[in-house]
Amino acid sequence: MKPILEIKNIRKKFDIVHNRQPYLSLRDSMAALFKQSGSTAEEFYALDDISFNVNEGESIGIIGKNGAGKSTLLKILSKITPPTSGSIISRGRVASLLEVGTGFHPELTGRENIFLNGSILGMKQKEVKSKFDEIVDFSGTEKFLDTPLKHFSSGMQLRLAFSVAAFLEPEILVIDEVLAVGDAEFQKKCLGKMEEVGKSGKTVLFVSHNMGAVLRLCSRAVLINEGKIVADSDVQNVISQYYTLNESVMDQVLLSERKDRKGNGKCKFQKVWFTNKEGKVVNGFQSGDYVEINALVKAEDPNFERDLYVSVSFCNALNERMFSLGSGLLNKKVHINGLTEVKWIIDKLQLAPGEYMGDLFLFETIGGYDMYDMMEQVFRFVVDEGDFHHSGQLQSKGRDMFFVEFDVTSRQIPLNK
Amino acid sequence: MEYEIKPQEKISLGLKELWQYRELFFFFTWRDIKVKYKQTVFGFAWAVFQPLLMMAIFTVFFGGSSQEGLPYEVFSLSGLILWNVFSTGLSNAGNSMVTNANIIKKIYFPRLIIPISAVLVSLFDFVMAFIIFIPFLIYYHIHVSLLFPVMLIVGLLITAVSTFGVGSLLAALNIKYRDFRYVIPFMVQAMLFLTPVIKTPPDRWKYILAVNPMYSAIELFRSGFNDKPLEYNLLAISITSAILFFVIGLYYFRRTESYFADLA
Repeated sequence: MKPILEIKNIRKKFDIVHNRQPYLSLRDSMAALFKQSGSTAEEFYALDDISFNVNEGESIGIIGKNGAGKSTLLKILSKITPPTSGSIISRGRVASLLEVGTGFHPELTGRENIFLNGSILGMKQKEVKSKFDEIVDFSGTEKFLDTPLKHFSSGMQLRLAFSVAAFLEPEILVIDEVLAVGDAEFQKKCLGKMEEVGKSGKTVLFVSHNMGAVLRLCSRAVLINEGKIVADSDVQNVISQYYTLNESVMDQVLLSERKDRKGNGKCKFQKVWFTNKEGKVVNGFQSGDYVEINALVKAEDPNFERDLYVSVSFCNALNERMFSLGSGLLNKKVHINGLTEVKWIIDKLQLAPGEYMGDLFLFETIGGYDMYDMMEQVFRFVVDEGDFHHSGQLQSKGRDMFFVEFDVTSRQIPLNK
Repeated sequence: MEYEIKPQEKISLGLKELWQYRELFFFFTWRDIKVKYKQTVFGFAWAVFQPLLMMAIFTVFFGGSSQEGLPYEVFSLSGLILWNVFSTGLSNAGNSMVTNANIIKKIYFPRLIIPISAVLVSLFDFVMAFIIFIPFLIYYHIHVSLLFPVMLIVGLLITAVSTFGVGSLLAALNIKYRDFRYVIPFMVQAMLFLTPVIKTPPDRWKYILAVNPMYSAIELFRSGFNDKPLEYNLLAISITSAILFFVIGLYYFRRTESYFADLA
């Protein structure tokens, strides 16, 4: 069978104009006719030779850093903007959801907006009518249906918007980061709905930064970096490659420049970075992953030589301490001389998905006296949903902070009569 | 259903696609009408008040004598209600791409639907205003010719075609050069005086003024109930220019529309 989407050599060029106002005006255009152009245009390829095929029924995740070209690709797929060269052959109706609530009007009521939005998204009025009750039910806004949208809370607006979109029935569904809507409960509902869409045999293209969601919804993923495809294979594989993309600030935080440090300064942390099982530099992990934290310590005096304690502490986004990896806990000191690389090894990361920050310590006596170097918030660290228990179940955010390995058993107890 | 997405090569009217999306005409028009009169006490009555008030002001300052064999009230009101189709249609269509930029950037549909809907909204206002115009014809005992419905429809057709033509041209230009946001209101105001709305312009300029399609559209409309003979060569000039504006507007719009999302 022929693939439902054939994407062939797509390129999209933008001209970045320097030395000029960022918008076009007639005056500039006319003036440009008469003078030698003082502004310089630079060609920029948002997408550079992108090719891949999508088979019917496949769910594909498209991942990449900000500005990698993911959204441009989706815009071309949904005909919003044309490619500069290349072509896409599509063998099905594409519905795109680049934003929830496109075309919602604050002055119209909830009911009116359902019809308007449905129609803009390409639904026939009959379709909307037949699904109207389901849409309202899913959104949970039936009480306010005849209230102008501007009086809705923003969460309710988003829920209504997602609900309309959730009942689209195209052959190919293109989704861009719409999961970031509503409260945790509704997000779960959305994810469930999208899983259902994928399982019903529809083709789904899904762009997201939420690796957990990609892992849950997609079987295959395409990694785009700087407009080019870097990887295209099964989702787990591509996600681990995604973490290896160097994100300059995140991967190897330069610490030598930082001034907000405490300690006597005889030796200093130079940088911190993370590596994965293969020894590759990464900037994020999944719960349950093997993690290495590396730090470089430099002694100011080349003759300096001493055994010191090192510690790294992890804090959550609220700056609450999660745990510390102090070498003192293991009765270990590290030998510092010249340039030293320190490595902490975590066999199985127990942190729940979220964003974490870390502090670094270097000291001589336990208790934190004789501080050589100490800095707070030296790195940021992302943990995504992962299969911590190797059960095929993704452990999601929820209310848990940690995952712990465990087992459950049971036995029958005879009743004494 | 198989189709290809690739760089734009040739320009077509895309009528088939417009037909596929026909419901969207209704929804955009319906939305704009709804929103226009939402949270107003008088609602649709505003469509009537505006020309009536203008007529009252014009009558105070310019009234007294009859124009083209019509009492001044009837003369100016008949001109105003048709002129309003052009002026509101033109400014709404001209700004439509910019005001709907958030939709254009996020979803695909034939872009032409938006300026066409803007014209449809102004036609709706005309219908409301026309209902008020009829009592004026009766009150002033105006003799209405049997051909009036024909004159009305042809007059409206010229108006709609030229409003859409100029409107879509301005919409496409406006999204690229925001200067047109300032040009449009000025243009509409200036044209009011070059069109026989407030008073008939001097005869010696008529051949040039007829290039403005609204010139003959209004004269034609009025000829259904006044005794001024219709000048066919002026009508021919106006119709030609209406069609020309329509073709140029449509062509330029279709040629540039694929890049609207990048510019908006």
